[in-house]
Amino acid sequence: MNHLLSIEDLDRAGIERIVTQAERFAEVSDREIKKVPALRGRMVLNLFYEASTRTRSSFELAAKRLSADVVNFAASGSSVEKGESLKDTVLTLSAHKPDAIVLRTPWAGAAELVSRWCGAAIVNAGDGKHEHPTQALLDVYTLRRRLGAIDGASIWIVGDVAHSRVARSDILAFQKMGAKVTVAGPPTLIPRGIEQLGCEVRYTLEELDTADVVYALRMQRERMSETWVPSLREYATWYQINGRRLKPNQVLMHPGPVNRGVELSGEVVDSPQAVITAQVEAGVVVRMAVLYELLAGSRGEAAESPASEQAGELLGAARAGGEA
Amino acid sequence: MSAPEPLIGGAGEPAELLLRDVRALDPREGLDGRHDVLVSAGRVAEIGEAGSLSAAEGAETIDGQGRLALFPAFFDPHVHLRTPGQEHKEDIETGTRAAAAGGYAGVLAMPNTDPVLDSAPLLGSVREAAARLARIPVGFLASITRGLEGELLSEMAELAGAGAVGFTDDGRPVESAGMLRKALQYQRLCGGVLALHEEDRTLSRGGAMNEGAVSAALGIAGIPTIAESTMVARDAALAGYEDGRVHFMHLSCEGSVRAVAAAKEAGVRASCEVSPHHLLLTDEDVRTLDTRMKMHPPLTTEPDRLALIEGLRSGTIDCVATDHAPHAREEKEVPFEQAPMGTTGLETAFAALYSGLVAPGHLGLGVLVERMNAGAALFGLPVSRIAAGAPADLALVDLDARFVAGEHGWESRSENCCFAGRSLQGRVLLTVAAGAVAHRDRALVEMVGA
Repeated sequence: MNHLLSIEDLDRAGIERIVTQAERFAEVSDREIKKVPALRGRMVLNLFYEASTRTRSSFELAAKRLSADVVNFAASGSSVEKGESLKDTVLTLSAHKPDAIVLRTPWAGAAELVSRWCGAAIVNAGDGKHEHPTQALLDVYTLRRRLGAIDGASIWIVGDVAHSRVARSDILAFQKMGAKVTVAGPPTLIPRGIEQLGCEVRYTLEELDTADVVYALRMQRERMSETWVPSLREYATWYQINGRRLKPNQVLMHPGPVNRGVELSGEVVDSPQAVITAQVEAGVVVRMAVLYELLAGSRGEAAESPASEQAGELLGAARAGGEA
Repeated sequence: MSAPEPLIGGAGEPAELLLRDVRALDPREGLDGRHDVLVSAGRVAEIGEAGSLSAAEGAETIDGQGRLALFPAFFDPHVHLRTPGQEHKEDIETGTRAAAAGGYAGVLAMPNTDPVLDSAPLLGSVREAAARLARIPVGFLASITRGLEGELLSEMAELAGAGAVGFTDDGRPVESAGMLRKALQYQRLCGGVLALHEEDRTLSRGGAMNEGAVSAALGIAGIPTIAESTMVARDAALAGYEDGRVHFMHLSCEGSVRAVAAAKEAGVRASCEVSPHHLLLTDEDVRTLDTRMKMHPPLTTEPDRLALIEGLRSGTIDCVATDHAPHAREEKEVPFEQAPMGTTGLETAFAALYSGLVAPGHLGLGVLVERMNAGAALFGLPVSRIAAGAPADLALVDLDARFVAGEHGWESRSENCCFAGRSLQGRVLLTVAAGAVAHRDRALVEMVGA
C-alpha cells in the first residue's frame, strides 16, 4: 500500500491487517512510556486546509508515538492565504522530503491529486464530502472490539448523509466487513443514488429497532440556514437518537463532536451503549497502524498492493484513454 | 446603415487546388462518390469523375487515391475565443487555428468575455481584431443582457447593426422569464437568434457534476438534469407565445430532447445543438475526478447520452456544437470542485464523433457531416457545400488514420480537452475556409512530400 486515499483502495484483508496492527499498538498506549521507535527519523507532515482539532491531534499523537518527526501546516495564516495553489503548496512542502503527508481539504479527490504530485505517502484525512478513510478504519476497530465480529450486523447510519464523508467511508468499510448498512435521514439530506453503494435507504426511524449498531452523524447548524431541514427542533423530533429510540442491546456510535440535544440526547451520550470515547481512543492506534503500514510495514510488498494497482490503472487510463 | 458582413476574417490567398480521386460526400447536394474536385480562385470550379480533371499550372494536386474523404467544411455555432480579456486561455488566432485543424470553416464566438461583449464599440473592436487574426471566418454573438447580469437588455438593435449574429448570455441562463420575454419581443426589431444556456440555478447551485449514483458516491453536490429540461420547456413556451426564434445550447439530457421535440411539434421556432462530449461521455467518466471532465452542463448518464444520439439522428437536435471552452493549465490543475467548467473540443470533434458514433455504426457518416455544418443555417448564414461555383469551404479527411488526441500538442492555447490521450480515428488533413487553405496537417505534409 503506497497511500490511503479511499476505503475503496482496501479489501477486507487490508482492513483487517490495519485493525489487527492497531490492536498491537493499543498495548503501547497502556504503557507508562507510550512510544515505540518504529518510525524514528521519518517525517510526517500534517497539511490541513480545514479546521480540525481531533483528527489533526490524533494523527500528531500517532506519529509521535511511533517516534516520527511531525510538522503541522495549517492553511490559515500561511502562504495559502496569499493565494498559493494546492499544487505549489504541496511542491514547496515536498522539498522538505516528508515521508508521509496527512491531508485534510474541503475538496473531493484532493488527496488523490496530491498523490500524483509528490513522492510522499498520502493519507486522506478527509477530502470534502467524499471520504474519511481513517475514521472508517477506527470505526471498524471500535466495533470489532465491542461486537467481536461485524459480519451480519445491521448498522444504521442516521442523519445528514449528503454532507458526510464519514458516512461514505463507513458505508464502504462496514459492507466490506460483512455488515448490512442502512442509511436514514431527512429526504433532503439523503443523496439521490446513494443506494447504488449497496445500502438501504429509510426516511424514518420506525424500523431502527432492527439495528445492532446505530451510528449518528453530526447535524451541522449551518444546514439550517440553507434550509435543508425546517428547524433543528423538527430534525430532533424525527431523527434524534434518545432513550426512547435506542434499545438496550444496541451500540451507539458518533464521529464527534456531538451536538447534545440535536442528533443525540444527553442521556444516550452518557449511556453504556455509547462507544464514542472508545472511538476517539481508537483514533490514535488506528492512525499509528496506518502510518506504520505505509512507512514501515509492507514497503517490500508495495508493488502488489491494491492501492498501487489502482494508481497504475488510473495512470494507464489517462495515457491510453481507451475508446471514445 | 448597411449591416456589415456577419462573418469576418479568414481571408487568405485564394486556393488553387486539385483534389484528385477523393470520396466527396455532401448529403445536401446528394453527392457521395469518387470524384475529382477542382478549386480555383477560392471557389469550387468543377466536380468531375475521378481522374478526369487536371490542375492548372501552379496548382497543387492532392491524390486521395479513392481513400481520402472530402466534406463540406464544418461550422461551429458555439465556441469561446476568450477575447477580450482572457487571452491567457485562448485568443482569436489560436482559437480559429484550432477550429481550422478540426475541419471548421466558420465559428460563432460567445460574448462571456471580460468585459462582456455587450456594446457596439466593443463588438467593432473584436471584429477588427478578427479581420486581422482569424484563420477562418468568425461571427460574434452579443449578450442578451448587459454584463450578463440579467437585469437590463443590451442595445440589441445597435449590436445587430454592428454585426452581431445573434444574442446569448451563455455561461448563464436568462433567469427571469420576464426579461427573456422582453428580449423575445425586442427580437422583432433587431432580428438575430436568441441562443439560450438553460439552467435553473435554484436547482443547480453549488453543484459540480451531474446528480446521480456517481455524485452520491463521490460526495460531490449534484446538478439534476431537470435544472436544464425545465428551463428548456419554460423558454420554449415563452418563444411560442412571442413567436420568437430561439436556439437551445448544449443539450445534455433526455428531458431536454423531449422538451425540444414537443416545442418543435407545437410549431415553436426552436433549434438546438449538442456537444461531442455529451454524445460520447457520461458521468462515469467523472469518477476519477479529472477536471477535464468538468463542464457545463455536466456529463450525464448513459440513458441521457443515448437519447442525445437518437435526437441527433432523428433531427430533433439540429447540429453539433463543441462549446469549445479553453482554460489555462493552472486553472484546471486544482481539485475538481474548484476547477472551472469547460473542455476544449474544436480539434477533436470530428474524430471523436467518427470514432465513437460512426465507426461502430450508431450514426451514418452523412448524418454526422450534415449535423456538423448545419449550425450556419440556424443563424441565417450560408452553409458550406461541395458544388460547382460555391465558395470553397472543404475538409479533407483520412477516415482510416488513427492518432492519439493531443499527442503532438494542440493548436489551441489550452490543453483541457476531455478526449486528450484517447485513441481516435479520422484525421482532418486539410481545411479550406472561405476559399483559402486554413490548415494543413503534418500527416498531409508527409504524405504529399513522400
